[in-house]
Amino acid sequence: MTASLTRSTTKQAHHMRSRHAKARIFAKFCGLVTWLGTALLLVLLWQIFSDGLRWLDIDFLRSFPSRFPERAGILSALAGTLWLISLVAIIAIPVGVATAIYIEEFGGKGKLVKIIDINISNLAGVPSIVYGIIGLTLFVRGLQLERSLISGALTMSLLILPVIIIASREAIRTVPDSIRHAAIALGATQWQTVWSHVLPASFPGILTGVILGLSRAIGETAPLIMIGALTYVAFVPEGPMDSFTALPIQIFNWVSRPQEEFHELAAAAIIVLLVVLLSMNSLAIFIRHKMEKKLQ
Amino acid sequence: MSSQSINAETVTTELDNILEMENVSVAYAGNYAVKNVSFNVARNAITSIIGPSGCGKSTLLRCLNRMNDFILDVSIEGKIRFEGQDIYAREVDAVEVRHHMGMVFQKPNPFPKSIFKNVAWGPTVNRYQGSITELVERSLKQASLWDEVKDRLNDSALGLSGGQQQRLCIARALAMEPNVLLMDEPCSALDPISTAHIEDLMFDLKSRYTIVIVTHNMQQASRVSDYTAFMEMGNLIEFDESERLFTRPSNQRTEDYVSGRFG
Amino acid sequence: MSRARHLPSITNGQVRWHESLIQGGLGFCALISIITTATIIFILTRESVGFFQVIPVKDFLFGTSWVPMFEPSSFGVLPLLWGTLVITVGAALICIPIGLASAIYLSEYASAKQRSIIKPVLELLAGIPTVVYGYFALTFVTPALQYLFPDIQVFNALSGSIVVGIMVLPMVATLSDNALRAVPDSLRQGAYALGATSYEVTTQVVVPAGLSGIIASFLLAISRAIGETMAVTLAAGATPNLSFTFLESIQTMTAYIVQVSMGDTPAGGVAYQTMFAVAGLLFVITLLLNVIATFILKRYREVYQ
Repeated sequence: MTASLTRSTTKQAHHMRSRHAKARIFAKFCGLVTWLGTALLLVLLWQIFSDGLRWLDIDFLRSFPSRFPERAGILSALAGTLWLISLVAIIAIPVGVATAIYIEEFGGKGKLVKIIDINISNLAGVPSIVYGIIGLTLFVRGLQLERSLISGALTMSLLILPVIIIASREAIRTVPDSIRHAAIALGATQWQTVWSHVLPASFPGILTGVILGLSRAIGETAPLIMIGALTYVAFVPEGPMDSFTALPIQIFNWVSRPQEEFHELAAAAIIVLLVVLLSMNSLAIFIRHKMEKKLQ
Repeated sequence: MSSQSINAETVTTELDNILEMENVSVAYAGNYAVKNVSFNVARNAITSIIGPSGCGKSTLLRCLNRMNDFILDVSIEGKIRFEGQDIYAREVDAVEVRHHMGMVFQKPNPFPKSIFKNVAWGPTVNRYQGSITELVERSLKQASLWDEVKDRLNDSALGLSGGQQQRLCIARALAMEPNVLLMDEPCSALDPISTAHIEDLMFDLKSRYTIVIVTHNMQQASRVSDYTAFMEMGNLIEFDESERLFTRPSNQRTEDYVSGRFG
Repeated sequence: MSRARHLPSITNGQVRWHESLIQGGLGFCALISIITTATIIFILTRESVGFFQVIPVKDFLFGTSWVPMFEPSSFGVLPLLWGTLVITVGAALICIPIGLASAIYLSEYASAKQRSIIKPVLELLAGIPTVVYGYFALTFVTPALQYLFPDIQVFNALSGSIVVGIMVLPMVATLSDNALRAVPDSLRQGAYALGATSYEVTTQVVVPAGLSGIIASFLLAISRAIGETMAVTLAAGATPNLSFTFLESIQTMTAYIVQVSMGDTPAGGVAYQTMFAVAGLLFVITLLLNVIATFILKRYREVYQ
């Protein structure tokens, strides 16, 4: 028996070398592919900024859309997006968090919870355009809310509910049972326990889920097109029953036009959209960081 | 003597020690877990390394087949020689080192594959030339698991009991036809009956393999091993034949530990 | 009242009443998700039934010509299904190999620092709205493709496939990374201790051990690609097409639905109802994929001690 660490026959040595070569090439390949994928983000951002930056000024934010690129702006779209997101937050956050609390704290292990659980994970996979059709049929026509902000907000709320519920449930589940037992042993009711101990402890996680859901709602386009938000709107909506447009709709509109200038306007609007998304996410990270420090 | 100039074939017959450790120190991120340890492992014998938790015994064992290579920030000083060859020499291939030194881990870790594939996998990636079926049968027999699994070789290994899984892991290591079998607390996750099974097995394997076992169980060390190294806080306190170390230790600290007056 | 008996009361009606009210409210919120599903199924079914009373199911599912708006009309959904298939296959060819390679790199090779760069980038890419990918397709991918294939159409399936592939890439990478990281380290160590190289350990032990999670991530990504709307509407055009080519304009099911909703199709007519029939088909396909993915995750998850 040979026990040499440097291989004795050339055949063995050759075999070993090829195995090592394969391992090296594979590792290099995986790394290369990953970094190239990462670089795509840079290409995408570069493309957007090089196209859109020169159109981005205060007038762009203060003007209504127009047939003339140099006069066009996103005032009504930005206002519409802010309106929409506020309404969605008011509707979806309470319902989503309440659902998560019910499933995790009150539902027990019964059949109902199991059905709701399966149902939510399936709803999360329903294409957004299907939600758009439901919004169109149920809210716009069925409840006769017309092509209004509230129709859009209700549709978007249905769309992001699964996101909020799933994230909130995970956050609630990370709260250790010992905290619940301690509170209940002090004579608190189940709801008092949830309200004053479980919710505060899981707040950072819930917040992350909420922001994730709202970001999705800001960027979604298809459901809004379905409910008919793709119209020329040259005013700032004043109430939930007003018709509206939103940033992604305005972007879609400009991208679908053949003229180069409108593509650049779309890039400028995308920059605004990304800034809104990024600032929301940074806010969430900031709050989470603060809360986590306080809890420790 | 310089390690690399020696031709392994001529040396094997002359050396009684298959492994030699010389001033081995291991540091994780600058903290020494093993300090200046030197002792030799005799061929076809069972050598156990004992000591309290955190004494560096597992760390030392993992240096022998270079499993510490995967830990960042680890530095290994001193010399470890296998058949006279420095296993940390630059031209030495860690993968090749592991061909010669099988390892059995603390918790059984069978692959989520069939029993057969668990044993066959190592030889297959190393392009074993003979009959894999025979090799698998021989290895399982050596690990005294054959009779229990011969009718369900294609079942998932995860369906075996903990003790069977550990013997499967031993068979898996034996299938590589190693020179040395390194065992890292192989019985700590097992019940007493499975433990006895594995200890019997170690006696059987002794004639063909050299075994180094890390254990915190002193009874086990005294039962199975020919030589014992006692470590404490990274230092080798005493190394001797097991019989002497457990009955007439020369060091007071060893005596305290083996007699249960630990502290 | 309880004091009079000099005994601490252990029945306090008022607190219990509050509790049940709150619990009822929470339970109602939980029911909303079920109501949503029921509504989706109800609406899609009701309108589709109306559609299928005029157009036989067989003609819809197996017809090879899709001309819903003009006379003589024809309602064979195969061209739309084909369009969706072309986009999805193209996207899968991009996102599956790249996503899996990235997941392997992240879980097996990358240092903590490299991970800390790549993970946020993946999150960012996943958070970019789909309409932005549509813009990317039209202003970057298509011009680049025109350079490679001079006779490619302005709206083409290839561009759509590429951006949809890029879009779902973070999902494959993240979910597969999770699956690989769930494989216990002891398996890797066991494999290395047998004298295997990193390539052998990764491809023959770690990836097979995490396979259920990886396959589920593929299925979920494919389901996303099938339901994707804006990027394909912008990039791939609106020409129902049964030919096997990536260089021409096609129309997916989702793009068709957008087309109808943007036009002036009067509600109630057959042309309007096509939207629901197509959406129903889309719903069934994506639901099926999601259910299979969940099933694989639950059924084939390896249990380690």
